[in-house]
Amino acid sequence: MSHVRVLVGTRKGAFVLTSDGARQRWAVDGPHFPGWEIYHVKGSPADPDRLYASQSSGWFGQLIQRSDDGGRTWNPVDNKFTYAGVPGTHMWYDGTPHPWEFKRVWHLEPSLTDRDVVYAGVEDAALFKSADGGASWTELSGLRSHGSGPHWQPGAGGLCLHTIVLDPTNEQRMFVAISAAGAFRTEDGGKSWTAINKGLHSAQIPDPDADVGHCVHRIAMHPSNPQRLYMQKHWDVMRSDNGGDSWYEVSGNLPSDFGFPIDVHAHEPETIYVVPIKSDHFHFPPDGKLRVYRSRTGGNEWEALTNGLPQQDCYVNVLRDAMAVDSLDSCGIYFGTSGGQVYASRDAGDHWTPIVHDLPPVMSVEVQTFA
Amino acid sequence: MIRVVLPPHLRSLARVGSEISVPVGGAATQRAVLDAIEAAYPMLRGTMRDHVTHQRRALVRFYACERDLSHESPDALLPVLVAEGREPLLVVGAMAGG
Repeated sequence: MSHVRVLVGTRKGAFVLTSDGARQRWAVDGPHFPGWEIYHVKGSPADPDRLYASQSSGWFGQLIQRSDDGGRTWNPVDNKFTYAGVPGTHMWYDGTPHPWEFKRVWHLEPSLTDRDVVYAGVEDAALFKSADGGASWTELSGLRSHGSGPHWQPGAGGLCLHTIVLDPTNEQRMFVAISAAGAFRTEDGGKSWTAINKGLHSAQIPDPDADVGHCVHRIAMHPSNPQRLYMQKHWDVMRSDNGGDSWYEVSGNLPSDFGFPIDVHAHEPETIYVVPIKSDHFHFPPDGKLRVYRSRTGGNEWEALTNGLPQQDCYVNVLRDAMAVDSLDSCGIYFGTSGGQVYASRDAGDHWTPIVHDLPPVMSVEVQTFA
Repeated sequence: MIRVVLPPHLRSLARVGSEISVPVGGAATQRAVLDAIEAAYPMLRGTMRDHVTHQRRALVRFYACERDLSHESPDALLPVLVAEGREPLLVVGAMAGG
């Protein structure tokens, strides 16, 4: 029987929400790691019972937890993230060189084919890989040393590598995004990297069209077309049809093109979702209305999805990793808010229902589908 | 044996009760005790001090015998009562927040 498992990372622990394929009644399990910040929890596509979680604390630092039974039990694995060689410097807020210092893991991306391979995007921005289920981590240092690293500068949220997108047709090819450096692509499994920011325009940096320095918030891809990428940038919703070689804006009629998450319908590669936020100075929805916007045309033409979402006095935020889709026949869309709600739609966004509404602030949402 | 009281989050992580005891051969120093804790409970590596530099994490404190030992040299001898197992070394998450 089909069912779904929603993995929720919050400021104070992780939660596992499960339902059958009807997605009407939910069981809530958690908090796991109560009191700890859980930046991200994600399951292995190669073995759905293998989960990885990033657990951190201002007091006790970073931990990585692994489950081999779908989140019922967890065990800590290696938490030693050491930059390769002499780390060097990036640019600090005041424009001076600043040593690379590991702070936390923002995002864990398990391999599509090997349950023991997992990538970690960290702050200060770098990409690490484990080939032994998290028992050890090695930096893919070609990213930081590809040339522009010393010029990367943190945004207000830190210099974080928060997005890792794997190409399902080519395991040597992946995309990452860094705030506030931009998007990068490798074609050789992480040895060498190319900045892919042509077409991005960011008024917040001295040269709005610079090769690096853009605050990319999130990149999404539909597995059927790895050349098509969608991006929610600090401002602007962007699209690339050539694997990131160039981008063009598809913000169209959005009420605001600032936001954090972007995701793609499981069965319709042209159908994408964003959650507009009023601006970088407000971090809440325009007009107090929580609206998901859907485009069925790969951008530019957007419709507001409001049924079941609060349409007055709503001032929550939705973070970059806090939206996901399931792959049941009627595609489910899920997102979590800074107010502790996790909303679900089992009809591609037409109607929404809160699964839970009183969790700690939600940092990440991932979905596993068991058809 | 050196008695150590861990903060609640680290007890959960190590799956231990409020107090543990670790063997320390030679001089009873902060460094020796932390080495012994990390050897017995590898999941605590990196949670109290940096993996590489062994510098104490900024919001971790070491108290014993009503004294704050956090800023002492990691190689300084711990109080005699701690070395003799009559008082525990307290590992504390610093007060933070408002």
